[in-house]
Amino acid sequence: MRFPAGAYVGRNDSRTRKGGGCRGRGARTMVSFPEPTYASDASRARTAARHPSIAVDAAGLVVSVSGEAGVLLPAAHPGARFADVAPDWLVRAHEDRATPGGDAFPQPARGRIGDRGVDAFPGRTAQGALLWWLADDAEVSSLRAQLDSERQRSRLLQEISGELLASLNVDRCMEVTARLAAQHLADAVAIVGVSGGRSRAVTWCVTGGGAVQERVAVNPEEMPGLPEALLGFPPVPSRWIDPLQVPAWVVPEEFGAADRIGSVVVVPLPGHGLPAGAVVLLRRSREAAFTEAEEAFARLFAARAGAALSAARVYAEQTRITGVLMRDLLPPEIERVQGIDFSGRYRAATASERIGGDFYDVYPAQAAQAAQAAQAAQAAQAAHEAQEGGPPDETAETFAVLGDVAGKGLEAAVLTGKIRNTVEALLPFAADHERLLTLLNNALLSSHHTRFATLALVSARRDGRLVRLRVTSAGHPPPLIVRMDGRVEAADTKGTLIGALPRISVRTASVELAPGETCLLYTDGIAEARGGPLGDTMFGERRLSQVLAECAGLPAEAVTERVQMLASQWVGDGKHDDMALLAVAAPRNAHLTAVDGHTRGRFTA
Amino acid sequence: MTTISGETVGLAESSDRLWDALIHCDETHAVATVRTAVSAVDGDVCAAVEHVLLGLIAPAQARVGRAWAANELTVAQEHAATAINERCVAALVDAAADALPAPSRGRAVVACVDGEWHALPARLVAEVLRLRGWRVDYLGAQVPTDHLVAHLHASGAETVLLSSSLPSRLPTAHSAISACLAIGVPVVAGGAAFGPGGRYARLLKARWAGDAAAAADLLAQGLERPRPGAARLPDLDLPHLTDQEYTMVRRTRTQLVKQALADVENGFAAMRSYDERRRERTAEDLDHIVGFLATALYVDDAELFTTFVTWTAGILSARGVPPQCLLPALDSLRHQLGDFPRAVGILTAARRALVVPRPGRAA
Repeated sequence: MRFPAGAYVGRNDSRTRKGGGCRGRGARTMVSFPEPTYASDASRARTAARHPSIAVDAAGLVVSVSGEAGVLLPAAHPGARFADVAPDWLVRAHEDRATPGGDAFPQPARGRIGDRGVDAFPGRTAQGALLWWLADDAEVSSLRAQLDSERQRSRLLQEISGELLASLNVDRCMEVTARLAAQHLADAVAIVGVSGGRSRAVTWCVTGGGAVQERVAVNPEEMPGLPEALLGFPPVPSRWIDPLQVPAWVVPEEFGAADRIGSVVVVPLPGHGLPAGAVVLLRRSREAAFTEAEEAFARLFAARAGAALSAARVYAEQTRITGVLMRDLLPPEIERVQGIDFSGRYRAATASERIGGDFYDVYPAQAAQAAQAAQAAQAAQAAHEAQEGGPPDETAETFAVLGDVAGKGLEAAVLTGKIRNTVEALLPFAADHERLLTLLNNALLSSHHTRFATLALVSARRDGRLVRLRVTSAGHPPPLIVRMDGRVEAADTKGTLIGALPRISVRTASVELAPGETCLLYTDGIAEARGGPLGDTMFGERRLSQVLAECAGLPAEAVTERVQMLASQWVGDGKHDDMALLAVAAPRNAHLTAVDGHTRGRFTA
Repeated sequence: MTTISGETVGLAESSDRLWDALIHCDETHAVATVRTAVSAVDGDVCAAVEHVLLGLIAPAQARVGRAWAANELTVAQEHAATAINERCVAALVDAAADALPAPSRGRAVVACVDGEWHALPARLVAEVLRLRGWRVDYLGAQVPTDHLVAHLHASGAETVLLSSSLPSRLPTAHSAISACLAIGVPVVAGGAAFGPGGRYARLLKARWAGDAAAAADLLAQGLERPRPGAARLPDLDLPHLTDQEYTMVRRTRTQLVKQALADVENGFAAMRSYDERRRERTAEDLDHIVGFLATALYVDDAELFTTFVTWTAGILSARGVPPQCLLPALDSLRHQLGDFPRAVGILTAARRALVVPRPGRAA
């Protein structure tokens, strides 16, 4: 037996569903859906048998009348002439269909019987008699209503999923869950989060209101059904929960007194492995008790909310872990140290990562070293006595390093972290660059990492208005010095890279910076940046020098900003390597003056 | 700005002193000037600091931009002045640190669009919001959109303030705005990129604030949270993008620049004597022109391109370059993009504006 395609989808459900449609309750668009039923072939056959149908044989005589067809066509009984008992439109349809070839395109016929509109769908009995299924308007409109409510239900679930999945922030997710539940499921909602130590996050919302969230120390045992829900056990049916037992902390303030609660549902929020919390739904009056269908929908809702919350929680945890692990790998904040300006900038190769294989660090002269030196030079320093942070010690050297580990991304960043730690441990030898680099080389060679690094080291100290540098490059482009008159010089230093060969050799250069002059350390990501207006051209050292020539007299951070900006714009949206810059500059103004107590105890000139 | 007590404090004198300090790269005097200006204002320290941030430092920064355009400052001086202005902001903020109200009004993120290097306007917005009791996460210049979104997820901040001065960053700004709206966070856009009266901000579904004070007022009114339905693909907001003109110009950008460079060399005799460096500068200018053309196609507004071209003409005149040298470039692009009616329309309008300067505009 076949129905015309598409004409009757879902018709069989109408009898098996309880109630139907949805009803509005004040401001809330309450969802009250029929429970879905899944029609099997057997039930389809069973319900089909109850539909009004009339079978007519080849001679035009009624063979059988089933179900309520007798009500629609009271005169029809087996043996009667169909043409006598059926309305004209149905008789005509029957004749069309009874003619040879009439079976080829089975079309439903439509007309009126008495005051009802009726659709007649053709079929055939097993014995070959023509069969007409009769369906009146009342049934079709009920089907339409069901279709509408089904559509509304899926639209709502889609909307809910969309809102829930939008944020990966746990608090935001809780808020959205509370708001949606108060909008669609109940008069008031309390969402109880999983325990975080002594307190739990509880989010309340009443229909039409905003969500309120607080961390409170509550005992879930006080709320019937809640301990089970928080453990992820199957929900306790709402009829088992006495509204009078709902503790005050569950009820949002705007809801009113707890004795106004008519019915309560507690639904677990299933998570990934562990429950993400539980939802307590409250309705005011007993008449609006939760139906089974509503409870089922609440569980469906909770399943989605729980998945979203768990995802947000996992994301938050990952972010926290990444944050902790990254903290030491991020480039440091640097500023003026002992009367010398430093400025560093960093841009990782991959936009989505903030770390990579380039690094820089600035280590102010050791306190002990500074103290010794200060004693020796007390008289000379007296004029420059500062209010805070001690005098600028003109013999202690501030040590800065810029480096580039082969490779990029996380793996390079991890090795970078190790090298940075090693350099820090070797600081006592910072006065002798070659020695420090030799020790670092040995350390890298003996580690299991096969990567190598290039570095540039600077030891800087103030000498009156000047800044004196000792600069050493180990396999690195030589630092560039920007003079006040716009000349750009490469520091006269070179050396082998670190971590590749058993022995290294380096040559250290001495550089003197007059006020306003800058020494720039940069990694090859800058010079080797490819792009430009004509595409695929290397930024190159020549352009870098031209840019620097225009930077004469600029403060250190303006130099690094300009270089980084131009290199980045040169690359455009294209790929690039890690880029790091570190500028060391002699402040331009003539006198060292101590600043007030607000800037972190550094000198400003 | 409502809380300054007493007479309106004149900043004219301080303004000249600050300007001198900025162009002479004199941080000490710049900082001293802004500090003195704050102490000259009676009443609440936070209100006084806001007054100086917006009444002294912001106009000084705007003047830096104008002076560069008029060729009174070199690019390097512009950077230096900006760096010193930044330090002035830091000094004032330090001075107000003790008086700062405890954050009580919610959490906002202030960021520049990726590729946007002018951070000072965003910094001013961040500081004004802090002074007015907001908790502010200032992410600084050129924030990649995925960083911004990750930060929003992690922090749960309720609002994003997005700054951009370069109209060519509008497509990037659009994707940042869409990404924020998609996760239910409203965006307030600010900066010259968003056009006169913020017209492109509205086009890209963001709110708009003309300055830091307006942004703070907007936040104080409370912004409606967008529904996740606000997550859309760009062509829903900008149906004209389906004609693929923007896409084609962006994809063929390098070829367009190369061909335009060759055509300009043919059409503009003086260029043949350019050295490699000047030739590269010209290529960069052409690259900018193509970038702005693409942006004008993106927002479907010929005015954006015309404004840029007349502005460029003004910049060139100030540097002794005849603005007519732009004509062969526009003609070359119009020829190359002959099959694209919107592009042709935009280039034609700009050419007309260049040939017949409008009153009051540089050309």
